[in-house]
Amino acid sequence: MRRVRIIRNIGLGIKNLLLHKLRSFLTMLGVVFGVGSVVAMLAVGEGASAEALEQIRRLGSNNIIITTIRPVEEGVGASSPSFMSIYGLLYEDETRIRKSFSSVEHTVPVKLIRKESRLGDKRLELRVVGTVPDWFQLVRRPIVAGRVIREEDIEGRAGVVVLTEFGARRLLATEHTIGQLLRIGGEYFEVIGIVQSEEASAGGVQTPDEEVDAYAPLNVVRERFGDIYSRRTAGSRIRELVELHQLIVQVRSVEEVEAVAAGIDHMLERSRRRKDYQMSVPLALLRQAEATKRTFNIVLGSIAGISLLVGGIGIMNIMLASVTERTREIGIRRAIGAKRMQIVGQFLVETIVLSMIGGLIGVAVGILIPALITYFAGMHTIVSPQSIFLSVGISMAVGIVFGIYPAIRASNLDPIVALRHE
Amino acid sequence: MTDTVPDIREKALSEPSCVAEFRDVTKVYHMGTQEVSALAGVSIAFERGSFWAIMGPSGSGKSTMLNLLGCLDRPSSGHYILEGGDVGQLDDDQLSEFRLRHLGFIFQSFNLIPQLTVQENIELPLFYLGYDAGRSAALAAELAERVDLGARLQHKPSELSGGQQQRVAIARALANDPPILLADEPTGNLDSATGTQIMHLLTELNEQGKTIIMVTHENEIAAYAGRRLHMRDGRIERIEGGDGCAG
Ligand SMILES: Nc1ncnc2c1ncn2[C@@H]1O[C@H](COP(=O)(O)OP(=O)(O)O)[C@@H](O)[C@H]1O
Ligand SMILES: [Mg+2]
Repeated sequence: MRRVRIIRNIGLGIKNLLLHKLRSFLTMLGVVFGVGSVVAMLAVGEGASAEALEQIRRLGSNNIIITTIRPVEEGVGASSPSFMSIYGLLYEDETRIRKSFSSVEHTVPVKLIRKESRLGDKRLELRVVGTVPDWFQLVRRPIVAGRVIREEDIEGRAGVVVLTEFGARRLLATEHTIGQLLRIGGEYFEVIGIVQSEEASAGGVQTPDEEVDAYAPLNVVRERFGDIYSRRTAGSRIRELVELHQLIVQVRSVEEVEAVAAGIDHMLERSRRRKDYQMSVPLALLRQAEATKRTFNIVLGSIAGISLLVGGIGIMNIMLASVTERTREIGIRRAIGAKRMQIVGQFLVETIVLSMIGGLIGVAVGILIPALITYFAGMHTIVSPQSIFLSVGISMAVGIVFGIYPAIRASNLDPIVALRHE
Repeated sequence: MTDTVPDIREKALSEPSCVAEFRDVTKVYHMGTQEVSALAGVSIAFERGSFWAIMGPSGSGKSTMLNLLGCLDRPSSGHYILEGGDVGQLDDDQLSEFRLRHLGFIFQSFNLIPQLTVQENIELPLFYLGYDAGRSAALAAELAERVDLGARLQHKPSELSGGQQQRVAIARALANDPPILLADEPTGNLDSATGTQIMHLLTELNEQGKTIIMVTHENEIAAYAGRRLHMRDGRIERIEGGDGCAG
């Protein structure tokens, strides 16, 4: 019987709200927009940070990535034709890092060099990535055909090369090409495998990934192409000596990553005159991204709180007006025998119904907006179930918090006075 | 209801012919520092099945008396015994419960809820009594039939004449089958022909056993009542027609 009365109370509430459709609707709008904006903003924020976090996570939270950068030009001598700029990570740096830090599990050196290549009558400028087998452990590029570089290739100084799917397509290489010789910058390399290309937008692999990458054993690349590069800037020719372009350090446990990174930085800094490398620690980035996300959520929460507060005040305002307007009705109900709590219940049900319906419409709006953003702007958005439960819960709380005062005011009316009310 | 007034309770129970009884009831209103004595010691017993008219000049305490009788207020002192319970001892919820179980109200201005249909207005007491929808609707239809409004169940009060509205109000007052009906100038807003109709209906209900206590200032209306209570300055001036039950 109690449950029946609650259901009928809800029915009564809905009926009363329907008596003033426009007013109820306008009252509800505050909650609709409050909840809608919460769900939508959370979805956009969640989508953006999920994307950022995923990119960082791909870099591997156990890894430290050290990249060679060209130091600031020294001005003097830079223009002289015999000048050679020497900078960057050294082969020796790798050995030192591996020997100095016991918690370093792997070090993967990378050497990059652009070379013209030819397969049959197809030509393509490749970026040759000289590296070691561990590189494939870190990056986990699915194999399309053949195999990747192995330890024995390094030991045997084998002139072998692994193409990406994209490069293979440009060179018209297929699985039948495996075993054939590819001419790279005057040297011959045996094609041993094809791996999947990393999509450019998916981003964030250790080596800045290029579609024209081709992987070859580091020692072979060094032997055949050397460490000296020349490039042309503004008409003059600049010669550079760079040993390694990148060094990926994998640390045994996540806890040690930051300490090792600091140690490496210190060690490298002491051994050179100028900063010619850049450290990037995905774990630190991850922490930073998470901190940013937290800040974002706090700001978002405040905005949401304010908009829901405004919505709640709107509801309270209307309910107070409604109580005044229905004073006589309250008097009649009380005279007939309604208890105070039943009057409280009647008005509270109205505000809760109002805010819940507002909340549900708000959720619909909050799901629709990110969908439109994804559709039109191509931004990744995630509507999480938690955000929906949270907003519906909050809208219900708003109904109770802002409905209780008008409801209690209604129930405290003296029935005799209320009956006399015009 | 509590142990503090066992003598009164026993007495009331031992006199079932008395449905309501005032024992030296006073009502004092405080207006700032001023005290207004609206009822200055009233003792009277209302016999079950009697029909009373409370009369008197404006400000003599008629409305105050009816509010007390209707459990809408509590006496400042004295005892009001209704159906064996002392109203002075009840809290707000218990007063509501008494109104719901024992009393029906008929007002001068009908006091129907304008947004509700005739049926829903009649059903109000049943809602608070916890009737389920089916039983409630059946009873409302029956009550509407009893006041000749069986065809108007789905109408809104604004679509009815004054007399019809008052009949709806009477049907609503009857819904909880109360022993006592309280009427405050029930014909005050009606023309004399319609007023006569309403009085016939009340007389009929009285004959069926309801105790009716009605405030009026019109002699023709008061003439329908078997007993007339004249008030003056918060006291009973005189009673016409019988002596009430032994108090
Ligand atoms: N709520 C109130 N506050 C203060 N004084 C009141 C109140 N109600 C009634 N009174 C006073 O009590 C007296 C009796 O009033 P009332 O019972 O309304 O008389 P009647 O209905 O016979 O005109 C009057 O003097 C009136 O001014
Ligand atoms: Mg009066």
